[in-house]
Amino acid sequence: MDTGLDFTTIQTILESNAEKVEKLIESYISKKEQLISLLQDVQAEFNYIPQDVIIRISQRLEIPLSQVFSVATFFQAFSLKPRGRHTITVCLGTACHIKGGQRLVDKLGRDYDLKPGETTEDMRFSLETANCLGCCALGPVVVIDGKYESKVTPDKLDKILKKYE
Amino acid sequence: MVEQVRKLLDKRLKTPEELEKLRQSIISDKDTSRILISVCGGTGCRASGAEAVVDAFAEEIERLELQAKIEFKETGCHGFCERGPVVLIGPKKIFYQHVQPEDVPEIVAETVLQGKPIQRLLYTDPATNEEITYETDVPFYKRQTRLILGANGEIDPTDIEQYIAAGGYSALSKALFHMTPEKIISEVTDSGLRGRGGGGFPTGRKWQSCLKAKGDIKYVLCNADEGDPGAYQDRSILEGNPHSVIEGMIIGAYAIGSNNGYIYVRNEYPLAVERTIIALEQAMDYGFLGENILGSGFNFTITINKGGGAFVCGESSALIASLEGKIGEPKAKYTHMSEKGLWDKPSLLNNVKTWANVPLIVNKGTDWYSKIGTKGSKGTMIFSLVGKINNSGLVEVPMGITLREMIYDIGGGIPGGKKFKAVQTGGPSGGCIPEEYLDTPVDFDELTKLGSMMGSGGMIVMDEDNCMVDVARYFIEFLKGESCGKCVPCREGLAKMSEILNRISHGQGKPEDIEVMTDLGEILNNGALCALGRSAANPVLSTIKYFKDEYLAHINDKKCPAGVCRELIEYSIDPDKCTGCGACVRACSTNAISGEKKEPHVINQGMCIKCGACYDTCKFDAVIKG
Repeated sequence: MDTGLDFTTIQTILESNAEKVEKLIESYISKKEQLISLLQDVQAEFNYIPQDVIIRISQRLEIPLSQVFSVATFFQAFSLKPRGRHTITVCLGTACHIKGGQRLVDKLGRDYDLKPGETTEDMRFSLETANCLGCCALGPVVVIDGKYESKVTPDKLDKILKKYE
Repeated sequence: MVEQVRKLLDKRLKTPEELEKLRQSIISDKDTSRILISVCGGTGCRASGAEAVVDAFAEEIERLELQAKIEFKETGCHGFCERGPVVLIGPKKIFYQHVQPEDVPEIVAETVLQGKPIQRLLYTDPATNEEITYETDVPFYKRQTRLILGANGEIDPTDIEQYIAAGGYSALSKALFHMTPEKIISEVTDSGLRGRGGGGFPTGRKWQSCLKAKGDIKYVLCNADEGDPGAYQDRSILEGNPHSVIEGMIIGAYAIGSNNGYIYVRNEYPLAVERTIIALEQAMDYGFLGENILGSGFNFTITINKGGGAFVCGESSALIASLEGKIGEPKAKYTHMSEKGLWDKPSLLNNVKTWANVPLIVNKGTDWYSKIGTKGSKGTMIFSLVGKINNSGLVEVPMGITLREMIYDIGGGIPGGKKFKAVQTGGPSGGCIPEEYLDTPVDFDELTKLGSMMGSGGMIVMDEDNCMVDVARYFIEFLKGESCGKCVPCREGLAKMSEILNRISHGQGKPEDIEVMTDLGEILNNGALCALGRSAANPVLSTIKYFKDEYLAHINDKKCPAGVCRELIEYSIDPDKCTGCGACVRACSTNAISGEKKEPHVINQGMCIKCGACYDTCKFDAVIKG
């Protein structure tokens, strides 16, 4: 798997955060049914779910590895690959679709060589698509690192992305 | 620390009388001479820059030391998202739209201090060109009955005392001390309330069977996994008035005898999650949750769970699987959830909107509630009126209003003088309704008769520029991606339909395609495991039923009349209109456009990828799509 990060970098990131990971998993020991929330917390910490952490969760919470893995891959919110510095989420809900949301995805593919679920080579952007972000009156909507942008056109998207290095 | 703990303990209300006393003291302590400024802080307005407006107001009020004169609050969604950021001023609610931070000093100086409206910030009625000053006179609001959403613009959702001052938790107090569980359930049953999540199942009946179900442990669940694309009312309720949902859940828990509740909310709604968490903590501090609620001896707690972004998790059995920490696959329902739900215990699952209706019914009574709406569908429904419509936003109307009233009177019609084509209701399980049925009253049963459904209230308006084959393809692609893959009809049927629709939109449709898709639709209807699969063919079947001509144009003539399906259209430049400004040349990413300066340009069809950038850029309408 080409993650864009070399192996030692990943190891260092994980080691320096080992304590944090342990603490996080620890806090879920009495509520292991909240596996999805735990994975969300892990993802919030690392921007993706590292393989080691999946194994660690399985061991500490005594949940079969297959179940942790199936949950981590079933839900759209989780990424098993490291993601770029900035996450672009393009809404493809119905209202955004009929106002041209797909054209934004097309544009990112064409001009930034960035497809949904992938990351640019320079690790600048990752692209996600969402089924609906609930800003239907303002479509097409794009969210970058949590900031909502409304009525986005392909042209406007270029200008917005310039702000993110 | 001891101080803090003491303070927390002190806040806990121990009797209904203490609640009333607190309510009275909040109301009487309120300085009514202060002028209220409320800024919408819903996700929609925030996307349009509301946070900067909030900061600007806070700064301006501090700069001029007007704290004693002005009551300033950031509230939940006001509904008119199209016009955001939205600001309301004073008791008569002067309505300002598209407010920017630069406008704030002027608003404070002119409107707040001197009562003068600022013309440029007022809403202009597109029908009459008249400027409208007050919120109540804006046509978008005038025709609505905002029973659930009304409080959104009034209260700060992060302050439980504002909810209490507005009468909050009085229904809970009434239910706990003046009603038996049976009485509550019979009220809910008689009110005629039906599940607002999509199915429209009678809520009282669900509660009744959960009450009767055997077991010491029962669960109360709130479905806030609002996955229907194009619908965001649940998000707005949780963001704007989370306590109304919590209060409904506590009443429901008391009625069926449950001590544990869960709210399952989408992770894509960070603000709703944040505000619900704050609301739960405050409800705990004030003694509406936890042990011995208001001294009644009844215990109840609520946990919040964030979803992982799977549409199918809105389906009851998939939601439960997900709450149990498993992947969200639905199960065949041999037993009802009210008998065997979460961890195989009796569970009562209702949608956000359904829960928010409960305090209203308990407080105002069945007679009042059942007067609103139609024979089979009572109360109001919140729609997200979006798409190709002038006034888009959240609309709360009594059941039974016609589609035409909704689209033209409240929604202000279609923008840009375009022609209405269809309205899509019910999300991916719903269908597209054409113009000839616009006078249909909207309720659960009428929409189903038209081959669509109420769903969670999405209402997406489409105009002549929208291709119905593309819309069907969009939904099937969506559902194919979201199908959990467990049952064959859904997994394989949707894959096949998607293949056919993609072929049609690429100009490779075959005459038999329509029949094949109709057959597949029937198989899905009858054979899929869960409601998601059984309704998945609706977008295709309804578009075939009402817009067959469009399918035929794609299949036989290889044309997309709306100019959407890329393979079937061509862009060209009208030499008479082209001024040779070169804007399209700069917009074109494949260098397909060429021409001398100030001379008409041409598009090289071999290089054109039909992205439409030139069409959007041209200010002279010289680019022709067709």
